[in-house]
Amino acid sequence: MIEVKNLRKTFSHKDAKNKKAEKVAVDNLSLTIGTGEIFGLLGPNGAGKTTTIRMLTMLTRPTSGEILYDGKRITDTDDARVIRQMIGVVPQNLNFDQDLTVGENLELHARLYHMGKEERETRIRELLEYVELDNVINDGVRQLSGGMKRRLLIARALIHRPKILFLDEPTVALDPQVRWRIWELVRRLAEDGATVLITTHYIEEAEELCERVAIMNKGRLIDVDTPKNFIARLGRYVVEWRDGAHREFRLFDSREDARHFIATVDAAASIRKSNLEDVFIELTGRKEGL
Amino acid sequence: MLADIWTVFWRDWVVLRHRMAAFILSRMVAPLLYLVAFGWGLGRSIQTANGASYIDFLVPGLLALNSMNISFNSVTPVHAERVYHKSIEEYIIAPIRPYAYIIGKVLAAVLRGLISSTIIILLSYAFGAHFSITPLFLLVLVLNCAIFAEIGFAAAMFLSTYEQMGQVNTYILLPMSFLCGTFFSTRALPDALRIFIECLPLTHTSYLLRSIGGGGEINLFSVAVLIIYLIAVFFIGGRAFIKLRE
Repeated sequence: MIEVKNLRKTFSHKDAKNKKAEKVAVDNLSLTIGTGEIFGLLGPNGAGKTTTIRMLTMLTRPTSGEILYDGKRITDTDDARVIRQMIGVVPQNLNFDQDLTVGENLELHARLYHMGKEERETRIRELLEYVELDNVINDGVRQLSGGMKRRLLIARALIHRPKILFLDEPTVALDPQVRWRIWELVRRLAEDGATVLITTHYIEEAEELCERVAIMNKGRLIDVDTPKNFIARLGRYVVEWRDGAHREFRLFDSREDARHFIATVDAAASIRKSNLEDVFIELTGRKEGL
Repeated sequence: MLADIWTVFWRDWVVLRHRMAAFILSRMVAPLLYLVAFGWGLGRSIQTANGASYIDFLVPGLLALNSMNISFNSVTPVHAERVYHKSIEEYIIAPIRPYAYIIGKVLAAVLRGLISSTIIILLSYAFGAHFSITPLFLLVLVLNCAIFAEIGFAAAMFLSTYEQMGQVNTYILLPMSFLCGTFFSTRALPDALRIFIECLPLTHTSYLLRSIGGGGEINLFSVAVLIIYLIAVFFIGGRAFIKLRE
């Protein structure tokens, strides 16, 4: 179980007047993620998702607050080493060692996690087959396509059989076919018992994969619930219409209520089932970045 | 800890193995030019203080200079791994001890420095230089490689741009190459400059290699200076990496 208590991260920067200022990236975030859960952090660019993942994976030190993995604190040196061994990270940027081949990148990772020769050779073969990259084991990572690199990032993060996997925007800039394959991989991981924390700004990704979703905006946690509950809480039907250049919508519990409302709208309007995007906009009040 | 050091070293060894032929060939160019220009060309008209040939004076300095450059530049890719590729994050997340990373990187740079030094030694003998290689001579070379690998590591931790890394070469390594007893004795310099130059590690390496290679006395003060640099810069780079990890 991962417990996040009152997590806060601030960065110093220079404001528009070129004076030193403080930027709050994550503000008073508290969360609990259960073992074996696929948990989504959803929010627009700049919401604080990546900073949260960086703090959880010990890449960035929190300004204040606490992070516990099964009761172990990341600030305790001995606990931190145990935690490092049990987490796997798929970062947003393709941070491979550019001077190594596909196989060597995986071998380096396996060695860093203290895997023996036989175990790492078997695991590398197994994972490259799993992500369908076994035919490029001796190619340089620079030669791979974007989709292949994303799959290789996932394979690399899984080498040491982590109990908790962090995926930071794993399908960003990928075509739908590759995205779907990565979703399949994540589902299979969760079926194998791993806890998965995924950040995304693709609503359909969160809806498709996550058991629970935390919606973040401007560093703050807006709400946490299952995608289904979010939709049920805010309304299952949407009436949508255009007001000049703007898209307007309203959520309703029943199709009947939506029909009544549509009769009052002085524009061409339509009814459809609501989705997480509607929930998101309703909760954050912002449309950009989606 | 040892396994972690070996892992970090292994990575650099794999990269070196991919490029071994190119590395060896490229390492021959500068020493060849120095030996031809200063050894054969200019060297024939230069009288050294003890009457020995200039090439015998030059070679230890060349070894010090070359091992400095190679070791420093072997570690500078860490800067790109930190600032641009972010591949250093794999080591930061991994359950390894931070000092294992630094030691592994430094040892890999020492290996490169020693390969390069071997090439110079062979070329120097081919050019007719006379000097003897003893275990202490090799130890001083290793110390020099390690110190400048650590300086490269510390620079890679502190500096933010490629341009700044280049400035270390321009403003620190290049002046040291010419002034630290490589091509001429520091006694030829004005006192104020000489005192400053004699505080720098390359000067002590040049003098130690020249003295040991020529069968002379070992200056223990110079050995002590090198060891102090080795320890001090190791902890400076180490603290910076730990801070990055935190």
